Amino acid sequence: MIPELQPESSLCGVPVLSTAGEAFRPGGGEGEIIVRIRPPRPWEALDLRSLWRFRDLLLALAVRDIKLRYRQTALGVLWVVLQPLLAAGIFAFVFGRIAHLDSGGVPYVLFCYAGLLAWNLFSGVVLKASGSLVANASLVAKIFFPRVVLPFSTVISTLLDFAIGLVVGLALLLAYGRVPGLALLAAPFWLAFLLLLATGVGLICAALAVAYRDVMHILVAVIPEGLPRTLYKLNPIAPLIEGFRGALLGQGSVGPRSAVYAIVFTIGVFMAGLIFFRRMERQFADVI
Amino acid sequence: MSSDLAISVRGIGKTFRVGAAQAQATTLGEMLAQKLRAPFAKRERDFPFEALSDVSFEVRRGEVLGIVGRNGAGKSTLLKILSQITPPTRGEIDLRGRVGALLEVGTGFHPELTGRENIYLNGSILGMTRREIAREFDSIVAFAETEQFLDTPVKRYSSGMFVRLAFAVAAHLRPDILIVDEVLAVGDLAFQRKCLGKMDDVARHGGATVIFVSHQMSAVRALCGRALLLEGGKVSEDGRVETVLGRYIALSNAAQSAVTELPPGEAGAPARATTVRTFGMDHQPNCTFRLGEPWRARVEFEVLAPLSHFIAAFGLRTLEAVPLITWWSAPRDLSPGRYAVEFPCDVPFSAGSMEFTVGLSSGERTLYYAEGVGGITISEIAVGAQPFRASGAGLLTSMQRPEIIPALP
Repeated sequence: MIPELQPESSLCGVPVLSTAGEAFRPGGGEGEIIVRIRPPRPWEALDLRSLWRFRDLLLALAVRDIKLRYRQTALGVLWVVLQPLLAAGIFAFVFGRIAHLDSGGVPYVLFCYAGLLAWNLFSGVVLKASGSLVANASLVAKIFFPRVVLPFSTVISTLLDFAIGLVVGLALLLAYGRVPGLALLAAPFWLAFLLLLATGVGLICAALAVAYRDVMHILVAVIPEGLPRTLYKLNPIAPLIEGFRGALLGQGSVGPRSAVYAIVFTIGVFMAGLIFFRRMERQFADVI
Repeated sequence: MSSDLAISVRGIGKTFRVGAAQAQATTLGEMLAQKLRAPFAKRERDFPFEALSDVSFEVRRGEVLGIVGRNGAGKSTLLKILSQITPPTRGEIDLRGRVGALLEVGTGFHPELTGRENIYLNGSILGMTRREIAREFDSIVAFAETEQFLDTPVKRYSSGMFVRLAFAVAAHLRPDILIVDEVLAVGDLAFQRKCLGKMDDVARHGGATVIFVSHQMSAVRALCGRALLLEGGKVSEDGRVETVLGRYIALSNAAQSAVTELPPGEAGAPARATTVRTFGMDHQPNCTFRLGEPWRARVEFEVLAPLSHFIAAFGLRTLEAVPLITWWSAPRDLSPGRYAVEFPCDVPFSAGSMEFTVGLSSGERTLYYAEGVGGITISEIAVGAQPFRASGAGLLTSMQRPEIIPALP
């Protein structure tokens, strides 16, 4: 029996979303799901609504990441707190005590800690998101789910580390007798853009890493040190980190020009990430 | 698509670029080097490989469809497209209802996580919500029979327990369309039966549509009413399961021959088997024998160094890799040269196809081993008395024919 070809927008009277792999529930509730599978079109932006539909998976993967990171460690989740403290202590000791660098009246530990907190969030998201597809290669090759869930789940698990680090940071501030002021309200703004930028870079690198594993090696070499200092003026991450630090410490500000530059750059990278990921997505299972 | 159709596949094709496997750069460096060497050569070494071409079929709601075919016929590619893992190059598919696909048992399980954690993780990977998993949790655990080990990391599970748990999660997905690849190859017989029972239940009582791929013809026959035979990426037969399986078996047998050249063994081994030849009662080379007919297998081998206590072995296994029998030669000390052993195969096998296993050993050392090579077929036409139906009679048949006697009133 040869099926009749139906017009694309309707199938037996029910509307159908015709993009590859998109499910649609007519009436939004109890109705039936109809999926139409067809060859993908080259240019489509990633549909972020799939993240919401698969929110349980997003969380489950993030929880897995967190659990695995601290399983079979003697100190367990304590490491989330210890890691940033240790790093800040070392920084403060090296640069404050030994090199006597100026931090504009702010205790050097705080100055370092705030910057490190933001930088770790950025580099954590970029590194983990980039590796997320390759690390879950068997899932990608054998099970269907929106691939974009993988890089985004790493954002969640990194955010948890960040949140704990932030609480430690606020405690440090109080310990030094500094009560964060109204400037703190600007922190979520800077954070949001930092996350957006990191996710955008992560999406691009993750999609690239599926075919070219070199991406990970390059990132591991570049991320920890080089980026924040080289081309300081052109680096869009610097204003975002400075903005966050300023908000936390209530001191220092970002010029409007570099702020606008960073924001436009961030949105551009994020959009590019969505489009590029979508374009590469269709061949992940075949190439990985 | 009328509403009693669950799946409608129209003209699906999938083209891979191969040769690209060698030419395709897998590191950025290689890619750059290639581009520099020939900046405008647009992948000329690639040639397209059609894994699937023009595949069309429909599956009704509640139908159980088996898909069979030799390795490389495109079964896995078709399943991957149906389960949306990889997109087709051409064509369209409409799926009505929620799709659950189990292409491999245990993907998404993490060895460090406990059984409980893995149930939740795997459930959500397969597309269940937390609430659905919580609702099915008890029956998943009951099906997997792993109550005591729920809080043990699965890396400490036996492989049987692991497989049971993995299948249990997938089986409780409650999909409208269930797609199952060769997953029964793992697990013991009791477990396989349980899985088949569960799939049957899902289809019969749950009203789900099932697509089932397996090399186990008995399982396909038991579960499916209809089957599809894939050959070289095309549907070559679509119809009643018995008809399609018959065609598939004929296809497998066509690949058999009375002379089997064996694969080379390990380099440097002091002995290697070269050929297996099979003969019928009439001493003519043959690879299809009648039910109850004795036949012989001649294994030829080469010895390159003096070997003591040398034994040649010849075995048969089913196409599903279940070992049936092994014959051994009498041990002998051998000097370099060419030798042969003839094994009289007079065991009354039931109708079916079998593959060879060939081994050579000296003392305690295995010098050569090849399995799943060549093969013979026992046809359903018996020597002498012809039973009504011989297929499915068991692996062995008794050649004794007791008399039927009148029973006492």
